[in-house]
Amino acid sequence: MRTVTAYPTLLRIGFASAVAYRTEMLVWMLTMTMPFVSLALWSAVAADMPVGRFDQKAFTAYFLATIVVRQLSGSWVVWELIQEIKSGALSSRLLKPIHPLVVYSADNLAAIPLRALFAAPLALFGIASGGAAVPHQPHLVAAFLLSLFGAWIITFFVMVIVGSLTFFMESSTSIFDIWLAFFMLLSGYLVPLELFPSWVRSVADVLPFRYTLGFPVEILIGMSSDADIVRGLAIQYAYGGGAAALALLLWRTGVRRFGAFGG
Amino acid sequence: MTAAGHGIEVAGLHKDYRVHRRQSGMLNTVRSVFRRTYETVPAVQDLSFQIEPGERVGFLGPNGAGKTTTLKILSGLLHPTAGRVAVAGHEPRLREHRFLKRITLVMGQKQQLLWDLPPVDTFAQNRAIYDIPRSAFDATLKELDELLGIARIAEKPTRQLSLGERMKCELAAALLHRPDVLFLDEPTIGLDVSMQLAVRDFIRDYNERTGATTLLTSHYMDDVAALCPRVIVIDKGRLRYDGALGELVEKIRPDKSIVLRYAHRPDRSALERIGTVTVCDDAKAVVRVARSDLREAVAHLLLDPDVNDLTIEDPPLEEVLRELFARSAAEPA
Repeated sequence: MRTVTAYPTLLRIGFASAVAYRTEMLVWMLTMTMPFVSLALWSAVAADMPVGRFDQKAFTAYFLATIVVRQLSGSWVVWELIQEIKSGALSSRLLKPIHPLVVYSADNLAAIPLRALFAAPLALFGIASGGAAVPHQPHLVAAFLLSLFGAWIITFFVMVIVGSLTFFMESSTSIFDIWLAFFMLLSGYLVPLELFPSWVRSVADVLPFRYTLGFPVEILIGMSSDADIVRGLAIQYAYGGGAAALALLLWRTGVRRFGAFGG
Repeated sequence: MTAAGHGIEVAGLHKDYRVHRRQSGMLNTVRSVFRRTYETVPAVQDLSFQIEPGERVGFLGPNGAGKTTTLKILSGLLHPTAGRVAVAGHEPRLREHRFLKRITLVMGQKQQLLWDLPPVDTFAQNRAIYDIPRSAFDATLKELDELLGIARIAEKPTRQLSLGERMKCELAAALLHRPDVLFLDEPTIGLDVSMQLAVRDFIRDYNERTGATTLLTSHYMDDVAALCPRVIVIDKGRLRYDGALGELVEKIRPDKSIVLRYAHRPDRSALERIGTVTVCDDAKAVVRVARSDLREAVAHLLLDPDVNDLTIEDPPLEEVLRELFARSAAEPA
């Protein structure tokens, strides 16, 4: 109950922190603009004829949408966790009568309005370019928002899982690099999954990466049927729930070992 | 075992750390990739003590004695390897929210204040986390402001505050929920003398106003002498002394120093007939005498017309502890 009543204040403080770190955050957001490179490449490829369903306008819409979705569903908790576990700074969070992951989640979610300021012009440009069938039916808007939140849940809890591994090993940064490598390839971040051979698509369909990015992007630019959306949301939230359960288990076990680091 | 009210009970506490050991050199570095050697280091060994509610106790020991480890076990941050611990009727390692709402741990070298935001934001965050009613929060903040004078500084970003201002705000943030038990780990470290005095006065006032049990570690013996009628001394993780500060001084150094001031250089050989002369210069002498001989020595010295001033001092606490630790170093670990 206290968590629920405290959350609005935690969000307000998180937003104030995001504003205080605005320059750092802007630089960090700019590092997420890799899809612009993909956009330039694929636009050149599609200059003469479409690639699958994608002509130049569709590519523009797709890659702008990936930036928008990544901005609105991103998290950085893994870096914070690794640093705080290694330095012992986690102690002051553990002394408070609230689960530290609740505070981390508020910090991360509170930055979304600021990121939306960056994402909004891209979204508007994407719409204006005419390449996207942006959903306006209420059920599609709701599905997109749900998928966006589902993507954030998976991203956040996977980061907590990887960050919590620092309780058991000296640093888990390299493990997160492995996650990122698969994310780049299988989430639709650099190449729309539709353009991969069918067996790669089948694999991507059952792995979590697509549900952290490609799935909400496809809904946003109107590439998904209602049946795909329902199935996708079910898989996405199953992954979200599984990641949350594993993260909490690892966290609980890891906090018991926290003493080894002193601090 | 119970720790009724907000007392502390520790019985047979042990804490071991498992530490990775690697010798220097490239070959050993490569070898450690495949095979690691671990060693168990005992940080706390068979420690037992009891602290009554409202007591102010100094927790002393040299670096690496196990003080911070013990404080972290008492506050639930570390799990003991063996032994029993109860703080305010709770088992700290379970870190129940009801327990965390009753304690606070201030570490002089760590901070909870949000670095780029003003302390008022940390206060607001703590109000929400500890579920402090608005009226109680305002009243406590007002009281803390009276003691610490933080109203003026709490609206500046933490990073722009001086070390002393930050420590005042740290203390306020740590006490907003009115904890029953205070663990203070080097709360005056790095502070200048006037700020040390301010923090020391604050801790005493807070304890007297609220009756909070206070366990304090500090390398500044003035802090301990001013705040703690009782001290617990540990070394190499083991209890070396638990009792009144005065008795510790008397036990380790059963002598007093008589400080004498003269108009001219005193006669050293005459003073040596009274006790051990530790200082003898142009206008000052210090003579150490056994407590039992003090009255007679002072009476004799006051007969000397050249003595302008005479004061009696206990040996500095630093010296007493140095001697205690030297004795325990001579014993097997």
